Amino acid sequence: MRVGVFICHCGSNIAGTVDVAKVAEEARKMPGVAYATAYMYTCSEPGQKEITDAIERDKLDRIVVAACSPRMHENTFRRTIMKAGLNRYFFEQANIREHVSWIGLDKELNTNKAIEEVRMAVEKVKKNKPLFSSSFKINKRVLVIGGGVAGMQAALDCADGGLEVVMVEKSPSIGGMMARLDKTFPTVDCSICILGPKMVDVAQHDLIKLYAYSEIAEIKGYVGNYTVKIKKKPSYVDWTKCTGCGLCMEKCPTKNAYDHFNFGAAPTRAINIPFPQAIPKKATIDPNYCRQFVKGKCGVCAKVCPTGAINYEMQEEFITEEVGAIITATGYGLMDIERLTEYGGGRYPDVITGIQYERFLNASGPTSGHIIRPSDHEEPKTIVFVACAGSRDKSLGVPYCSNFCCMYIAKQAILTKDHIPDSQSYVFYMDVRSPGKGYDEFTRRAQEEYGAKYIRGRVSRIYPKGKKMVVRGADTLLGTQVEIEADLVVLGTAVVSAPGAAQMAEKLHISYDTFGFYVESHPKLRPVETNTSGVYLAGACQGPKDIPASVGQGSAAAAKVLSLFSKDMLESDPAIANVNINTCVGCFKCLKTCPFQAIVEDTLRSGKKVAKVIETVCAGCGVCTSTCPCGAIQLQHFTDNQLLAEVNVLCQK
Amino acid sequence: MSEVAGKELRIVGFLCNWCSYGGADTAGVGRFKQPTDLRIIRVPCSGRVDPMFVVRALITGADGVLVSGCHPRDCHYSDGNFYARRRLEMLKRLLPFLGIDDKRFHYTWVSASEGARWQQVVTDFTTRLHALGPMHKK
Repeated sequence: MRVGVFICHCGSNIAGTVDVAKVAEEARKMPGVAYATAYMYTCSEPGQKEITDAIERDKLDRIVVAACSPRMHENTFRRTIMKAGLNRYFFEQANIREHVSWIGLDKELNTNKAIEEVRMAVEKVKKNKPLFSSSFKINKRVLVIGGGVAGMQAALDCADGGLEVVMVEKSPSIGGMMARLDKTFPTVDCSICILGPKMVDVAQHDLIKLYAYSEIAEIKGYVGNYTVKIKKKPSYVDWTKCTGCGLCMEKCPTKNAYDHFNFGAAPTRAINIPFPQAIPKKATIDPNYCRQFVKGKCGVCAKVCPTGAINYEMQEEFITEEVGAIITATGYGLMDIERLTEYGGGRYPDVITGIQYERFLNASGPTSGHIIRPSDHEEPKTIVFVACAGSRDKSLGVPYCSNFCCMYIAKQAILTKDHIPDSQSYVFYMDVRSPGKGYDEFTRRAQEEYGAKYIRGRVSRIYPKGKKMVVRGADTLLGTQVEIEADLVVLGTAVVSAPGAAQMAEKLHISYDTFGFYVESHPKLRPVETNTSGVYLAGACQGPKDIPASVGQGSAAAAKVLSLFSKDMLESDPAIANVNINTCVGCFKCLKTCPFQAIVEDTLRSGKKVAKVIETVCAGCGVCTSTCPCGAIQLQHFTDNQLLAEVNVLCQK
Repeated sequence: MSEVAGKELRIVGFLCNWCSYGGADTAGVGRFKQPTDLRIIRVPCSGRVDPMFVVRALITGADGVLVSGCHPRDCHYSDGNFYARRRLEMLKRLLPFLGIDDKRFHYTWVSASEGARWQQVVTDFTTRLHALGPMHKK
């Protein structure tokens, strides 16, 4: 066995705190090592050539590269050694950057640690076996979870590319947050006017199958072959009969139902169609408010419905769909205003959220586009906007910036002046963050053209005084306290992860961060992929994002799916479990512990019963290997012998 | 193994590829400084960690062993870390019967985004072991 070891300087990233020459020198002394050298950038083209040349020149048959994390460049180097004719599994990467040079200050200790990491990799690679991929068919259908603007863009791009799309939306209509907006910054374009056509495209596209008012119950399978169980929630209205005429909504006697679409800006009816452009435009009954459900009698809607669509007995329904890839576009949520106690959130009716204010501005909103104070329905003249209401506040667990509040507050200040010319808007801000195209000009327009007064400082308290709300805060530019008597206060509440985001991530087997936002494969270079192959991200489920960024990600995720599906077969990862039929005693403990049902009972010609791994289903976790009492089932590339080789070299003198 | 005498102990870490190994990478990228004693072995899932690996390491020369996986319910392989949790908890209670202080073994959960948490885990465990001192007579 002739192992080649290549130590990477990574410029000064590694060489700065690790004596790479010494690591190479020590590597040369390790048993089995035929060649060791240090190189400036091993991942560069000449660096890779160095490896292929050495393989040929020194007849190397195993390669170790000590460099960055294998999560970064393992595939690069596997391809490199393949070019030189070696099996790509005859490769190990020692992580001496993320795990050594970047975290330790002492050069002596770092160098010693790097030598050890190389020693482990050398021992491991000596035990490596050649592995070969097999290929399997893929189901070229894609599931899009969430029908907001990001999900719609992804669905349309996939469908236009010829893929069948299954879209699942949890609320009764697609459209998401953008459908609720009145105007969009920085063009002050009408939001629904630009979104509406897209929604119609989704509804009318032959290749898009829409499940509205539905949720994901369960996801099974792996890239190329997922089985998805979809729960259709009962709307208590037969949507095949409902024409969306709205008569039921008009006659419904329950007028105090919570309006999810308007974020509670005003009450609605127990049976309702969320907004005029809704798709599908169908009615849904809220059983928490409907008298038929709460009191057991009413039936008004059933009587007035001209098509007899009302069905109080409707049950939830489960549907199974088979897809090959999943785009997650589940969007975001907003911080509960009641957590902002110093602002009187939830206690004072005239302290509202930005999205509620947006609904007041919107012509299809609860006030038909008239701005009112919720307490007495009068037109407010002095309006105070509070930016960073909850955002960038460690004490509330939201240390991050919510991305788009600065911009929508500027937009709302502009619209307020349009709606009420004699009004005065004040904006309390920490910093105005407007880095998009045309954004900074827009926030300046709000101040210079529309006379919004921007006050740099935080609000400490909001309290009522007669009919007014007193907003007390600091003006840090003037170094004074300010108090403004406002008619209405609008809070730019923090963007948080969507309700249920964590549970959804668990169904998808993708990671989420401390805040519930989904984690992408690489923050810079793989922004729409996840670490679970076949699952992609789009929009604000990954982090707060405005419309153009969400649309961009929707298209990006669709492009990823289209390129994945451009092949008919996918290559399987050969690092899967393998049964030694001679040592297997047929206890089938592995069969019970396998999380993927990838192991089945098999009867040999001799009549002996043994475990058998279904290659395409095995995901390579290795739970079976640590379960097997006789070591008969071994996860390839991470066998007991391979891992113990690493343990032994570390622990034995 | 040649840990730097007097300064370092032998600590072996088994990290799952998807969460904790990534978390350790994130800590590195963020330059979260850590003690240098730990040597990391990459495994696909914490469920791959055979308790015997831990015992072998402790008996043959390690002063401490750390296992870290994805947070429960957030396993890349759906429930591999639940198997890990059961086995490793059992192991922890069994170690004293082998004459090994169970403080020398620790299992925990660190996600790929938790670089700062990884720094804390490594620092705390290393400090704990330094307080206990070396396990094997030199």
